[in-house]
Amino acid sequence: MTTDVLGSPVKRVEDPRFITGKGRYLDDIQMTGMTYMAILRSPYANANIRSIDTSAAKAMPGVILVLTGADVPYNPLPMAWPAGGSSGVQNNINMPRALATDDVKWTGEGVAAVIAETPEQAADAVEVVHVDWEPLPAVVDTEGATQPGAPQLHENAPNNVVFVWTVGDKAGTDAAVDAAEVVVRQRIVNQRLIPNPMEVRGDIGLYNPGTDEYTVWMSSQTPHIQRLLLTAFVTGIPEHKVRCISPDVGGAFGTKIFCYADMALVMLASKLIGGRPVKWVETRRENYQSTTHGRDHVTYLEIAGKRDGEVTGLRVKTYANLGGRLSTIGPGVPTTLYARVLAGCYKIPNVYCEVTGVYTNTTFVDAYRGAGRPEATYVIERAMDLFAAEIGMDRAAVRRKNFIAPDAFPYDNPSGLGTAVNGEKIYIDSGNYEPALNKALMTVGYDDLDKAKAEARTRGKHLGLGLSTYIEVCGVAPSKWIGAVGEGWGAAMWESANLKVHLTGKVILTMGTQPQGQGHETTYSQIIASELGLAMDDIIVQHSDTLGTPFGYGSYGSRTSSVGSTAAIKAAGKVREKARRYAAHMLEASVDDIEVVGAEYRVKGSPEKKKTLQEIAFALDLGFSLPEGMEPYLDETAYHDTPNCTWPFGTHIAVVEVDEDTGKVDLVRYVAVDDVGNKINPMIVDGQLHGGIAQGVGQALWEEAIYGDDGQLLSGSMLDYALPRASWMPNLELDETVTPSPVNPIGVKGVGEAGTIASTAAVANAVIDALKPFGVRHLDMPFTAPKVWRAMQSQEVRS
Amino acid sequence: MIPAAFEYDRPTTVAEAVDILARNPGTAKVLAGGQSLLGLMRLRLARPERLVDIGGLAELRGIRALPDGGLAIGALVTYREVLDSALATSRVPLLAMAIADIGDVQVRNRGTVAGSIAHADPASDMPAVVLALEASLVVRSGSGERVVNATSFFEGAFVTDLAEDELLTEIRIPAQPTGVGMAYRHLEQPASGYSIVGAAAVVGRTGGSITTARIGVTGVADAAYRASAVEAALIGTDGGAAAIAAAAAHAAEGVAVGSDIHADAIYRAEMARVHVRRAIEAALGAAG
Repeated sequence: MTTDVLGSPVKRVEDPRFITGKGRYLDDIQMTGMTYMAILRSPYANANIRSIDTSAAKAMPGVILVLTGADVPYNPLPMAWPAGGSSGVQNNINMPRALATDDVKWTGEGVAAVIAETPEQAADAVEVVHVDWEPLPAVVDTEGATQPGAPQLHENAPNNVVFVWTVGDKAGTDAAVDAAEVVVRQRIVNQRLIPNPMEVRGDIGLYNPGTDEYTVWMSSQTPHIQRLLLTAFVTGIPEHKVRCISPDVGGAFGTKIFCYADMALVMLASKLIGGRPVKWVETRRENYQSTTHGRDHVTYLEIAGKRDGEVTGLRVKTYANLGGRLSTIGPGVPTTLYARVLAGCYKIPNVYCEVTGVYTNTTFVDAYRGAGRPEATYVIERAMDLFAAEIGMDRAAVRRKNFIAPDAFPYDNPSGLGTAVNGEKIYIDSGNYEPALNKALMTVGYDDLDKAKAEARTRGKHLGLGLSTYIEVCGVAPSKWIGAVGEGWGAAMWESANLKVHLTGKVILTMGTQPQGQGHETTYSQIIASELGLAMDDIIVQHSDTLGTPFGYGSYGSRTSSVGSTAAIKAAGKVREKARRYAAHMLEASVDDIEVVGAEYRVKGSPEKKKTLQEIAFALDLGFSLPEGMEPYLDETAYHDTPNCTWPFGTHIAVVEVDEDTGKVDLVRYVAVDDVGNKINPMIVDGQLHGGIAQGVGQALWEEAIYGDDGQLLSGSMLDYALPRASWMPNLELDETVTPSPVNPIGVKGVGEAGTIASTAAVANAVIDALKPFGVRHLDMPFTAPKVWRAMQSQEVRS
Repeated sequence: MIPAAFEYDRPTTVAEAVDILARNPGTAKVLAGGQSLLGLMRLRLARPERLVDIGGLAELRGIRALPDGGLAIGALVTYREVLDSALATSRVPLLAMAIADIGDVQVRNRGTVAGSIAHADPASDMPAVVLALEASLVVRSGSGERVVNATSFFEGAFVTDLAEDELLTEIRIPAQPTGVGMAYRHLEQPASGYSIVGAAAVVGRTGGSITTARIGVTGVADAAYRASAVEAALIGTDGGAAAIAAAAAHAAEGVAVGSDIHADAIYRAEMARVHVRRAIEAALGAAG
């Protein structure tokens, strides 16, 4: 059924409104009678609240309502994904409340809320809420928090341990490490990041006193899930009494998957003030302090193998900092989403990983672009380089030797992708890793590396090249896996689509997925245009409103193109089939004699006897004449649960130059060969890769959330937290191999996170390669100029 | 990101502006381009009770040629106006060398050279530049006008010789000695773009030996300074690589070197040496 539009680099239909200031983001929404909320946030990282005096705030001009924790009749926010899922792994769970009641666990935890007539009045009044604090010693260090004598954050979490979760064969891996010819050990830190979507978070709550119903606008990736969580878990308000709407969302990177205190507060506040709308939009400073952070692992890795390059074992112990209390899926990220793909694209027979989740007096940590998989890729790709260096073997050759062979699929990963609900195993279903590696090496000129290094030395630079051969697991699906014992959360992970062809032939596709900049309106339109033979202009895509869209799990985990698109294709198939049956009725032919060519439904052998989809829709939607048993209207809904995750892979190569005097690192070349299967829109794929690569490079070279020992966030604004800039990026040399995914009809895999997953390790390996003359074996990110300069102060080792 | 409430004045003459400052000692702040002050106010790190917006003072606009071959830059001249001024870029190329890297396009379009100098952020670039140029700063108050040499203007982090009732009205850059070369070299703090270290050099040779050496350094200490030990060591040498390196080794001498999450004192001091050396090399390369 495909026509040219599927797979074409069509310009994004969303962009004219986004780039001309006509998008409608949360803060663009104005309503009569709007009130404004400001939240008082803790200045301490660890403190008890003795009392709160709101009298001065209540007396400030324009103040309508002041709330403290005692005024909020709701449950704590839900934590929906314990480590080990429902397997019974002990999780010492502590969840945030809408406003803290007795104590705070990080600087920025909300303590009181002021609702006023203007944002200015709310900001002024929140300053005069007086809290009598009892400050306590804080702990911010991930490993240190588990040590004796550390401040204890929660009574139910001795040594600040949230959980200890393991995966893989311990005995087998221990034996493999013990027996190995070579074992390389290294402590590596995957530093904490602040995700920084361009649009910060915000909500508007509107209570209708007439119907006792609520509407919540939210800058969210998951309006359907938020309705479920806010009603069934937080407020107790019946689910059908709440409507959640995500307007245009200006980036999210995972931070907008979760259930936040402010969502519940705007609902409560609107009700308490008689149904006036309540708007809250965080400042960038609040975003840094109280929207989720990402990564933050300390890992001890051991890679074991033979001197011929064969890797025989991987043993990993990771401490994962989850913050002061747990975010919605915090524990799921460093467990299922991390350690189950720790061996990457390599056939390593023995893999064992132990993950300790840790509380510290820091902002909660949750999924951030890639969510566990960048951390896993960083571990295995650093490990492969360390192993290659130890045995004196070429880095590319070591990788090639250990790749899972193309005929080994479906491949049962020893770190255990796990067993589905029905007992079925989940496999890596496809892959062919070596062609991508070879292509990338050829493009970058790997054989001439020594020449390039020598040339750079003449300019006062140390050149380094780094490889990252990665795999990704996309979809956070199928439901039978993510819902299985020992894995995910108590929810399924299918997607939904509704397709209506209206009387005039115009088509509305309504999706349960939720874009935040990816271009879904374009890619879904391309799919439907292709499926039904229509012009893209005749199709619009709607989403983001629990009123009128079928339930969906939202967009994250690079799942929309695989899972959501298949739901849309199924809905289109149902529409086409019903149209075919109705065409037979209109043309007085047998259904079997109707052939579909684009938007035309023809009688085989009599091409002049035909009806267009628009003609069919007009007649069928009116329904004056219907065949026996057929209901009017072309309106079909489909749900799709994918049989497996998808498995993108590829090779990224970074080339950096380190200034010999300053230690400043410049990324000078970047080659990426990605296999994301077939592409719906190659331009959007490239865009995702560009942004994803830059974000991963940002972690390697610049980004780091830094806390003082007292728990103050020192990198608390963009003046101190360095985000990558376009001018710092080289031209990205993108190429592809194409191994279609077998689990969806168009063979796509997902690309939202691939760039981020691959690029951090590529750049890290390049910087460490550049520092080889200084005897540097490993250095932790970010590779800031002072850190690299210091590493170079060791005696240069000259051969 | 909402500033605390403040009063707002927009005077139309310098006399009126300094009168407002005199009547509100310690509680009024001067607003020019606003690129530093407004950000601080939005974070409520600065909470002036009164803003005196000098944007309407026509007498503070424009770049003038001084008869001695120098340059006068009015207090409202933006970075962009300097970059676009053939007069400024030809007479004092050092200005554009430093300004081209300041902030981003929006900051350069709104931010003023004088505002940066009066604000005296220890990591901003312009103080090093006016020090190396031996500029003087024209200051007005109700009691008249005085002219301060840049070398005695910067006293500490955000602290200058300006009194509470004074307004910086003009920067005067004297004609530079013939044959000197100028250069600016700096290392940016990647988040803010401010300089971890910045070095401005005005250097010239006469008859094979260095006769002019003026080095302004910013980012290293709590105020920008002239690296006089470097200058003394360089004067009289042949300006060869060895002499430059030996002189630049004194770049952080005599100052308390700062330390923060972006660079410790050891690194800062070393970067001062590296960037002073590079600035001198480049300046000599550009010298006639």
